[in-house]
Amino acid sequence: MTLDTVKHASETPGVEQPWAELGLKKDEYERIREILGRRPTGAELAMYSVMWSEHCSYKSSKVHLKQFGEKAPENDAMLVGIGENAGVVDVGQGYAVTFKVESHNHPSYIEPYQGAATGVGGIVRDILAMGARPVAVMDPLRFGAADHPDTKRVLPGVVAGIGGYGNCLGLPNIGGEVVFDPCYQGNPLVNALCVGVMKHEDIHLAKASGAGNKVILYGARTGGDGIGGVSVLASETFDDSKPAKRPAVQVGDPFQEKLLIECTLEIFKEKLVTGIQDLGGAGLSCATSELASAGSGGMRVELDTVPLRDSSLSPEEILMSESQERMCAIVEPGNVERFLEICEKWDVIATVIGEVTDGSQLEIFWHGEQIVDVPPRSVAHEGPTYHRPYERPAWQDALQADDAGELARPADAAELRAQVLKLVGSPNQASKAWITDQYDRFVQGNTVLAQPEDSGMVRIDEDSNLGVAVATDGNGRYAKLDPYAGAQLALAEAYRNVAASGAKPLAVSDCLNFGSPEDPAVMWQFAEATRGLADACQILGTPVTGGNVSLYNQTGEVAIHPTPVVAVLGVIDDVNRRTPIAFSEEGQLLYLLGDTRAELGGSAWSQVVHDHLGGLPPQVDLAREQLLAEVLISASRDGMIDAAHDLSDGGLIQALVESCLRGGKGARLVVPDGQDPFVLLFSESAGRAVVAVPRSEELRFTDMCGARGLPATRIGVVDGAEIDVQGQFSIPLSELKQAHESTIPGLIA
Amino acid sequence: MTSRIGVITFPGTLDDRDTQRAVRVAGAEAVPLWHRDKDLKQVDAVVLPGGFSYGDYLRAGAISRFSPVMETVIEQAKAGMPVLGICNGFQVLTESHLLPGGMLRNNHLHFICRDQKLRVENADTAWTTDYTAGQEISVPLKNIDGRYVADERTLDMLEAEGRVAFRYLDGNPNGSLRDIAGITNEAGNVVGLMPHPEHAVEPLIGTGRTDGLGFFTSILKKLVNA
Repeated sequence: MTLDTVKHASETPGVEQPWAELGLKKDEYERIREILGRRPTGAELAMYSVMWSEHCSYKSSKVHLKQFGEKAPENDAMLVGIGENAGVVDVGQGYAVTFKVESHNHPSYIEPYQGAATGVGGIVRDILAMGARPVAVMDPLRFGAADHPDTKRVLPGVVAGIGGYGNCLGLPNIGGEVVFDPCYQGNPLVNALCVGVMKHEDIHLAKASGAGNKVILYGARTGGDGIGGVSVLASETFDDSKPAKRPAVQVGDPFQEKLLIECTLEIFKEKLVTGIQDLGGAGLSCATSELASAGSGGMRVELDTVPLRDSSLSPEEILMSESQERMCAIVEPGNVERFLEICEKWDVIATVIGEVTDGSQLEIFWHGEQIVDVPPRSVAHEGPTYHRPYERPAWQDALQADDAGELARPADAAELRAQVLKLVGSPNQASKAWITDQYDRFVQGNTVLAQPEDSGMVRIDEDSNLGVAVATDGNGRYAKLDPYAGAQLALAEAYRNVAASGAKPLAVSDCLNFGSPEDPAVMWQFAEATRGLADACQILGTPVTGGNVSLYNQTGEVAIHPTPVVAVLGVIDDVNRRTPIAFSEEGQLLYLLGDTRAELGGSAWSQVVHDHLGGLPPQVDLAREQLLAEVLISASRDGMIDAAHDLSDGGLIQALVESCLRGGKGARLVVPDGQDPFVLLFSESAGRAVVAVPRSEELRFTDMCGARGLPATRIGVVDGAEIDVQGQFSIPLSELKQAHESTIPGLIA
Repeated sequence: MTSRIGVITFPGTLDDRDTQRAVRVAGAEAVPLWHRDKDLKQVDAVVLPGGFSYGDYLRAGAISRFSPVMETVIEQAKAGMPVLGICNGFQVLTESHLLPGGMLRNNHLHFICRDQKLRVENADTAWTTDYTAGQEISVPLKNIDGRYVADERTLDMLEAEGRVAFRYLDGNPNGSLRDIAGITNEAGNVVGLMPHPEHAVEPLIGTGRTDGLGFFTSILKKLVNA
């Protein structure tokens, strides 16, 4: 087969090219020809096809995503915003924190272990590329029905993959979510979040500048795995003689990644790089074009110098390979020797593959012959933009009219009791310890809070006790009923969780999981959810610092519930002041903060008891969320509360059961006058939390709530070994524990 | 001058920085040691921390045992230098034949991370004098290859000589024979265990208990009094 050089491409304009097989549309292919003034070479076509894929170019979503920038609240903490590998926020004392949540949904369905494992690997490298030491990970997960046979294939594989990879990196896994719903049966969601910490002066950016600086590829050798992972690929496209398709799922090696982390941190410490980028989706195509595009523009790469695992790989395959555990650095010539020394110390392979030029083109050579000559911006940043049609689906009205308030409620106290047990033992409300106990939450020795707490919290300075907290939330059922409100409720819940732990919410990252953008109904859900999230971020003062969009989460005509997963990062000046969820002192008073209305649309109760989804989700009141957060943070700082738990899915009873079991203490509850016990226990009204107040602090606490105008209702006391709701029912903790903790092992183990 | 305790970093070691912190919290000086370097920098004792050294490829601890630093550690341990192996470090010690037996995959085949209750069976080793025999402590456990095995004769010998240093309480987490969580050599200077005392040295962090600090204060006292 002859090499398709730039010269050859110019001379053979009429050659048929496999643009459709590579996932490009006809007009996109025409545009590439227009940009280049000739047909692309095979290598150029490969690069454009992966970089212009939905995953890399955000072509369907970016017209909506720009609201996150346009509506971004004024926030002095923001150091690096959207567009880099991850956003960076100032958390004080000279520290900067970077965090991001990303999806690895499709590969995880095909190959659960490797899909989930490399999802962790990818997000960790994103954080590392910002100059930060990764300090924690979290995994928001969605699976099909808990009792479906395929869930038993996917879930254990995903959990083992996250554990197998993450545990080997030495990163504590401090939170996340596990949600089951039949809508995710053919499309599980595997989102991964990583948090990293650095000093302000250590922030690194992905740009290649300074003509003569060297381009160094380091880490694992490049193999044939993950080719076209971001787009679609039939490898026959390039060479019909090859027998088999290359796998599109990458294979991870966490040991290599751990070496890469330590090696990179040592390189940062000696300030040896001027720009850096990790290799993830779209591999070298992405790293070289993004680095060049963000820098002065010119770069020359000798592709045949790339170390390979498989010497038969073609240049196109090398450019598209998504082999894991690789990074690309821009290094001044004088620093190259030291850079290579550090790599040698860590047994990491490093190769100078090219250099920054003073030109404006990205030029790639294969054994001396030029195979790529493109303006890097046209590949990395000027991909197609679609204004996809969107329309509120016809069924939305009927769905919202199907009010959950009309569902049959428990007829008597005995039925109420039975429903409580059914709820706390349902797969979504049950303890996830069987899953999270497969993740190391202690490594690094800085974990202050981890699952099942409201947020994960790590100390970032041992002397000052400065810490950060992160929570992720997303309720696809709410978002299905109303995507605008659903996205806001996801944000509100994560924001509330961070505040309930005692930390001040600062910034947001999101992973927007939706169906096909080619379906106007899905596109409407997406448009509404992004608008809702952007509006709410503006009001709460927490900017979106970055994130990820995952579309095409659908099988045939059936899309998943719109599932915006929102991560909120908060800061706490002294981790000694953190608030756990556990009720651990008998005699402490339980206060319910906020207003409880009969809001059951999309609730866990409606799902567990009636298998119902309809009506409207709980009302959003962002001013109330802010007030509640302020009270929770003040109360924590001033030592007025010993425990706090946010109220969300499952309502008050779910929160009480979790807090009681965590602390090993019971609770006696009195239903306030005029309140319906069923509504009190099961409603999912937003903007609420339950707190345990030492008697000595009661007056001070209620005075503060009164002065600030936050409703605080005394509902009971921490006491005994059961949850007793006066005049209704009593359930021993042992019975609750059995119901809550046996479900997941029973279904999955 | 305080005692110097070396903490080895192999490629893939994870708990080296935590162990250094635990050594500092106890009041000793932590000295980082590198797997390629035979020089132990004149430390008074050595800790082999947890992790997945060399990716645990082949078998946990099997490759580390041949690293240059282990040559010196093995030699010095035989001469009486106190050595503590935690988790992967314990696996390295059995692979090095400084301790008998070995570790297999957990009987349930999963990684498990939880607070683990232990009984200190031997409070006379270099690393356990700050505990009392029979004392119950709780420290984090986290591993996938934690099932201690040895032949019956070795197990009987360990029991007879009081060399079972720690035993699991309230449920054996991984199928370890005779609930063994950790053992010591005959001289009591080399101790290995699967649970992680270095993760239980500060209130608030991890489990919120400091039950693991005794390992590090024990050795410090021994070295200072030596």
